[in-house]
Amino acid sequence: MKNFIKVILVLSTVISGSAAAEQVNVYSARKEALINPLLNKFTQQTGISVNLVTGKADTLITRLRSEGKYSPADLLISTDVGRLYRAKQQDLTQAVDSEVLNTNIASNYMDPDKHWFALTLRARPLMYAPDRLNATELLRIEDLTDEKWRGRICVRSSSNIYNQSMVAALIEQIGEEATEAWVAGLVKNFARPPKGGDRDQIKAVAAGQCDIAIANTYYLAGMLTDKDQSIREVAEKVKVLWPNQDDRGTHVNISGAAVSKYAPNKEAAIKLLEYMVQQEPQKWYAQTNHEYPLRDGVQWSKVLTSFGQFKAEQVALGKVGELNGLAVKLMDRAGWK
Amino acid sequence: MPVSDKRVFSLGNWTDPWGWGVSLTSSILAIPVLLILGSFLFPQISLWQHLADTVLSDYLSNSLILAFGVGLGTLFIGTTLAWIITRYDFFGRGKLQWLVLLPMAMPAYIIAYTYTGLLDFAGPLQTWLRATFSWSYGDYWFPEIRSLGGAVAMLSLVLYPYVYMLARTAFSEQSTTLSEVSRSLGVSPSKHFFKVALPLARPAILTGTSLAMMEAFADYGTVQYFGVSTFTTGIFRTWFGLGNGMAAAQLAAVLTSFVLLLLLLEKHSRRKIQYYHQGQKHQATPREKLYGSKALLALILCALPMILGFILPIGQLLYWAFKTAEEGIDKQFFALVWNSFYLAALAAIIAVSLALLFAYAKRLRSGRILQVQVQIASLGYAIPGTVIAVGVMLPLSGLDMALNGVSERWFDVSIGLVFSGTLFALLLAYSVRFLAVALHNVDAGLSRIKPSMDQAARSLGMTPIKVLKHVHVPLLRASVISAGLLVFVDVLKELPATLILRPFNFNTLAVRTFELASDERLADASLSAVAIVAVGLLPVILLTRVLDLPPPEWSESQGFGNRYQ
Repeated sequence: MKNFIKVILVLSTVISGSAAAEQVNVYSARKEALINPLLNKFTQQTGISVNLVTGKADTLITRLRSEGKYSPADLLISTDVGRLYRAKQQDLTQAVDSEVLNTNIASNYMDPDKHWFALTLRARPLMYAPDRLNATELLRIEDLTDEKWRGRICVRSSSNIYNQSMVAALIEQIGEEATEAWVAGLVKNFARPPKGGDRDQIKAVAAGQCDIAIANTYYLAGMLTDKDQSIREVAEKVKVLWPNQDDRGTHVNISGAAVSKYAPNKEAAIKLLEYMVQQEPQKWYAQTNHEYPLRDGVQWSKVLTSFGQFKAEQVALGKVGELNGLAVKLMDRAGWK
Repeated sequence: MPVSDKRVFSLGNWTDPWGWGVSLTSSILAIPVLLILGSFLFPQISLWQHLADTVLSDYLSNSLILAFGVGLGTLFIGTTLAWIITRYDFFGRGKLQWLVLLPMAMPAYIIAYTYTGLLDFAGPLQTWLRATFSWSYGDYWFPEIRSLGGAVAMLSLVLYPYVYMLARTAFSEQSTTLSEVSRSLGVSPSKHFFKVALPLARPAILTGTSLAMMEAFADYGTVQYFGVSTFTTGIFRTWFGLGNGMAAAQLAAVLTSFVLLLLLLEKHSRRKIQYYHQGQKHQATPREKLYGSKALLALILCALPMILGFILPIGQLLYWAFKTAEEGIDKQFFALVWNSFYLAALAAIIAVSLALLFAYAKRLRSGRILQVQVQIASLGYAIPGTVIAVGVMLPLSGLDMALNGVSERWFDVSIGLVFSGTLFALLLAYSVRFLAVALHNVDAGLSRIKPSMDQAARSLGMTPIKVLKHVHVPLLRASVISAGLLVFVDVLKELPATLILRPFNFNTLAVRTFELASDERLADASLSAVAIVAVGLLPVILLTRVLDLPPPEWSESQGFGNRYQ
């Protein structure tokens, strides 16, 4: 009888899909379209099949936590550092010591305890209308609080993680007080209450509603390579400006991944992580979604090349995750919607 | 609430299994909502202090304005349409009576995307205006679509069919003699509308309005995109941004209490009157024929909400979709369509079955506890899908843990996540979220069946089962079908809970649309958006057929007396 029940249980396990041949289960905050092609290639090369659930990072983390030690998830992929930090804080990840990862990823782009690793870099510079503004007028993001930009800046809501990480990174580098003053000055110069996404800010600059936008580069790059000519024309009216090139560098966030604490397929998960930092996937992100590769020698897309080289912030990204809550409170106080 | 009469169906006392079954089911469904309400046991004082100092007043006022704005908007559009279409005959009426339901198939966040594309500062209309009159920014005034007012407009345009549907049924069931009496007493048509027809239809209209308001309270997609801070955006900001899940749950609990208040108000408004079907022989009300400019006015009035809520946005979507169709339609795409369809169908069947169970339980028993349990379970409608999803995830994961613990200890096998990692979790979440829709419809249908009919049938020697079969089923059919179709359309459009709870390698049209749209790739998202609308149209058209059927029940119920003597 006991054996019979055991057979049933094993069968149900197979059906619910948590113990088949070699496979790896991924919880991904990266959208399906921007991960599946790579996962398919990984399966082709290694024979390891990949199961995928996409979603928002925080809800995936919540799911991971509530599933506890029976969670099928092996790898958590996030599009920003704050969530990876949070997963580690909640004791949901584990350290990975891999030669491949250690040599290919700069130390400030991984967790000090090696719980999470960057997979690509995403820069958040300024974008401006060259017909209404001279790039030499604006060298640092600190300049954005100047009175002459009153009513000329567009940026999306502070609910957005990219803005939260940007402010958190600033707190780490120039201190809480200076950052709070900067945020307050920035909000004063908004052309309109924040709305829409990064592309909307770029469009608003092109249409003349504002002169400066803060946005991630891959949005502009995506518009510049859109099939729709009218979108390309809009994007061509806007130029990238790399702020803080003479001091700390431009703000950069990451997409990254961590192996979950109870990963049932830990080895396969590490293989997938190692695969993601290889030349080919790195090139795929640089070409397809115009994100910056982690390693040198990976060919950038044409559009990325046209934006030019830049110096990136060197802040330890773990700190950025830690300061996220403080950044939100500070933006709340400044009235950044 | 229907008057319960225990003599009609006697199912024993509280110890019978049926009663326990109902009670257990409603308790399970109430767990997610109770978990959220229970968050107040862990006060987060400093965080609430911060919220109160900064953003709380915005959340409060915006959420209330949004819900009441949408309430008024849907009330006005839905009732006007229903009245014109039931009382007047004019060119195009036959088609319009179902065309006006089309916006129901349009998810609110999608209509928001398309209108922003059209009306935004950088959109074609304003660009054209600037080019034509050589204006630039600041030279002219144009209504800002991405605002609180814009959100009210968007939600009203897609939610008015809820009011229209219920109001139309109510108006068309009002007996002809009522308007004849009004006329013979010299009461003007408008006075008849306000003094007789409207008050009689009030429960139905208020039910529709409160459903629309609950949707508005729970809306996340639209307000998030429009940059309007409401309770729902605040919940996510507190949870994700400030990293405080407990305070987020408390915000959700406050939102839930608004809805509780709303439901109590609705109940209070009809406390003294039991609205039952009159029971006279139904006569098709002759519609007043309109000609000339009056007919044109009626046509325009009825067509306008449908054009704005459906034709314009679907036109924009189709324009985008044609550009991307070639690469968008593949085998995977049809898998998405199928997944969306069967998930929605399954959820609809479950929700309606539950609603029938509870509606009858409430009718047959006056048990206070049961009433409260059902009420709590149906609060889920106003809670954002994400919050419900977490409320479902926690207990199911706990259950899975316990099961695995047992199976490991006794059989040395771990069985995996059989509840939380499968479609079961998703279907439970849908049941909690959409029970209210089904229950409102079924309740409304059931409340029109007078208890005296049951008594009459019983006294004529019918068994309870026969009463069910020959009296209730034919009378309830329309309500049950519309309940099922409404849930179907709602689940089809549902996003957040689907996103969080779905198993590995399982996607739906809504998930695909969201992923592309949230990457600001609206054109690429349009194909799956059109597919949602197309799949959603099917039940909407079915729904119109149900609404269109002349109530056949009366001839049948008149006949049964003879048959069963």
